[in-house]
Amino acid sequence: MSIELKNISYTYMPKTPFEHLALDDISITIPEGKITAIAGHTGSGKSTLIQHFNGLLKPNKGTILVDGVDIGKKNTEAKAARRKVGIVFQYPEYQLFEETIAKDIAFGPRNIGCSEDETQERVKQAMDFVNLDYDKYAHRSPFQLSGGQKRRAAIAGILALQPKYLVLDEPTAGLDPKGRESLMEKFRRLHKEKGTTIVLISHNMDNIASYADNVIILNKGKVTMEATPEEAFSQKELISQAGLELPEVKTIMNELAQNGLEIQNNAYTMDKAVEEIIEALRRKGKC
Amino acid sequence: MSFIECVDLTHIYNAGMENEMLAVENVNIKIEEGEFVAILGTNGSGKSTLAKHFNGLLLPSSGKCLVDGMDTKDEEHTYDIRRQIGMVFQNPDNQIIAAIVEDDVGFGPENIGLDPHEIRRNVTAALRAVDMEEYRHFSPHHLSGGQKQRVAIAGALAMNTKCLVLDEPTAMLDPRGRHEVMDTVSRLNKERGITTVYITHFMEEAAMADRIFVMDQKHLVASGTPREIFRDIGAMKKRGLAVPMAAEMAYRLQQKGIRITESIINTEDLVRAICQ
Amino acid sequence: MLTDITLGQYFPGNSPIHNMDARVKIVLLFIYIVAVFLFDNHINYGIMTAGAIGVVLLSGLPVGTVLKSIKPLWWIILFSFGIHLFSTPGEPIFKVWNFVMTKEGIIQGFIISLRLVLMIAISSLLMFTTSPLKLTDALESLMSPLKKIGFPAHELAMMMTIAMRFIPTLLEETDKIIKAQQSRGSDIGDGNFFQRAKGMIPVLVPLFISAFRRADELAIAMEARCYQGGVDRTRMKQQRLHDVDFWAGGIFSVFLISLIVVQFTL
Repeated sequence: MSIELKNISYTYMPKTPFEHLALDDISITIPEGKITAIAGHTGSGKSTLIQHFNGLLKPNKGTILVDGVDIGKKNTEAKAARRKVGIVFQYPEYQLFEETIAKDIAFGPRNIGCSEDETQERVKQAMDFVNLDYDKYAHRSPFQLSGGQKRRAAIAGILALQPKYLVLDEPTAGLDPKGRESLMEKFRRLHKEKGTTIVLISHNMDNIASYADNVIILNKGKVTMEATPEEAFSQKELISQAGLELPEVKTIMNELAQNGLEIQNNAYTMDKAVEEIIEALRRKGKC
Repeated sequence: MSFIECVDLTHIYNAGMENEMLAVENVNIKIEEGEFVAILGTNGSGKSTLAKHFNGLLLPSSGKCLVDGMDTKDEEHTYDIRRQIGMVFQNPDNQIIAAIVEDDVGFGPENIGLDPHEIRRNVTAALRAVDMEEYRHFSPHHLSGGQKQRVAIAGALAMNTKCLVLDEPTAMLDPRGRHEVMDTVSRLNKERGITTVYITHFMEEAAMADRIFVMDQKHLVASGTPREIFRDIGAMKKRGLAVPMAAEMAYRLQQKGIRITESIINTEDLVRAICQ
Repeated sequence: MLTDITLGQYFPGNSPIHNMDARVKIVLLFIYIVAVFLFDNHINYGIMTAGAIGVVLLSGLPVGTVLKSIKPLWWIILFSFGIHLFSTPGEPIFKVWNFVMTKEGIIQGFIISLRLVLMIAISSLLMFTTSPLKLTDALESLMSPLKKIGFPAHELAMMMTIAMRFIPTLLEETDKIIKAQQSRGSDIGDGNFFQRAKGMIPVLVPLFISAFRRADELAIAMEARCYQGGVDRTRMKQQRLHDVDFWAGGIFSVFLISLIVVQFTL
């Protein structure tokens, strides 16, 4: 099962002087149970793309299948399929609106027709998951929270919908290093414990390197690459053409290799890189 | 005399009210003319509050802030200070005032009452300095984030500013935009001697500074060269911060028994240490 | 999609009409409209129509574009035509129940429609050929004598400038918020009026909060750039009269004098 996009094209403002082809014949698969990263610079079409995953935008051409169901149809089956996909937009804290945090998180479950008990249960679970203590915060106004807490409250609002596919658009933008790391760890836990499929939209390649199983790279509305991180990061040219950078770790490894250190050079995470360097140094008899 | 000097600066928001909040406490800081300093700290550490004192947007609750010898509390100097210290904020959309790039860059000079010809000259020079001259008739709405931030920098330069204070200018940008802004800022610092105060959450950006100040829990807790600051990984992590990737890698290698004696803050350092 | 709305009706160009000073355009437009309603000589209607057609041709805009601007007000024109058709006393031509259609009514109806069409077309031409920014500057400068009696001309102009800058941003933002709430299962725009109004709360609250946050940040940014109101402020773009404006003024005077001559002699 998966999210499958077949020959998707989308044009903004068709038939005006501002007409702009944002997505050009895109065919990709988001496999279930994996963390898939979609990377591309601003304007590459990645935000437009994810809005197709749950039917917010309807493609001019092509079909989208969620678990085999065409979500473009107008029946209850298609509606149910669209609801399997939860999207956390960039700066989700700007969508908070209720008087209390609990009410805000309950907005989603209530909309999809959960019973009151079920809704409350989901709110508790979601708050627990993002480390917002229910007893302390449930009845506070979301607008009194700190920036990082607001972000987590807003994410809880999506988690309470219990999506099978969770799409995250630059989830850590604007956070400090600690905030970035702890939030990403939460998503990793969600993936491991609940088996949620995660789609991570980012231009931070270090983030992608540490978390993703698959990488899709978009440039000017087209897919330039659909590969494993290892394959993707070995193609420096394509990555920089797409306006992106290699993960810092990979850059360091490339530099070391170029300067005569005989390493395998397929590491892109810190742990693996450290291992490879030590091994190379050992072979060289340096330690 | 330092260009910017804070003496026992404390700032309390809504002092005396129910929602009173201490944001910065007893900070002493000196920034020399022509220097490039970075300020690091987690969200809520007080770094933005501190930066807003440098041009008198906020006034100290106690202590003082001197710019080029002028006290920011002295109302007759307010506009002299703001003219010398240009500010660039995080959200590029919320600091561009006019619907045309050149009009926006001209906004500051218009406010200080320069002569129209001089404004035009300054605007052209400022746009050229940030490499945005060809966009002068564009609407900001059609620019990328990095381009908008460069327009904001030009807006300060057009007032003949001596110093740029940038508050997380790259937080909302993609890698390309971040490079554009970083390159522009460091070029202006090197070529024109513009004093630069750069607040960021990105350690690689801070590593380019001459000096780093670290804020934690409303206090200034450390200052030094990037090498000095990033040497102590444990302390940085404890403050919710990090170190550049190369420094982290060097640290991990050391932990595994590899001998690295030099202090490492960037890739070149690491390559030199390992491949020699 | 909300961002599909194209803002402003300005068509950039390089015609003499485009190049005229916006203040001159506004003043001439004002006199023209007064003239259209003041002069009631049939020959004058011809001259005024010819004048309007001449200006439209000179602007280089497609005639269709200018005519389209009349479309939204079509009903008003038709309505006033109808009123005059039946309410003008004179030689009866046709009678339905209590309503009598007169020959004078037809003429009067035509005249009032012509006046409305001329007025709308020429006003639209001002919008089509003048950038909103120049329009704002011109209004500020024309209203500046009123500053002496405490009229906030600068503040109004600054508000208009900022509004023009932020309308696209806020439209985009609205679109984002709607999509975010739709992703949380909200059916915005469904149901009866009450349900729809209630459905707007999740959009309006974040939108207002965001607008206030933006306003706050913008105010700080303006303050940081030495903004202190309109006092001692200079402008980069000076509004200066050029040859084209003197030509326009000259031609318009001739036009006006001939209208007056025709009105009082024929």
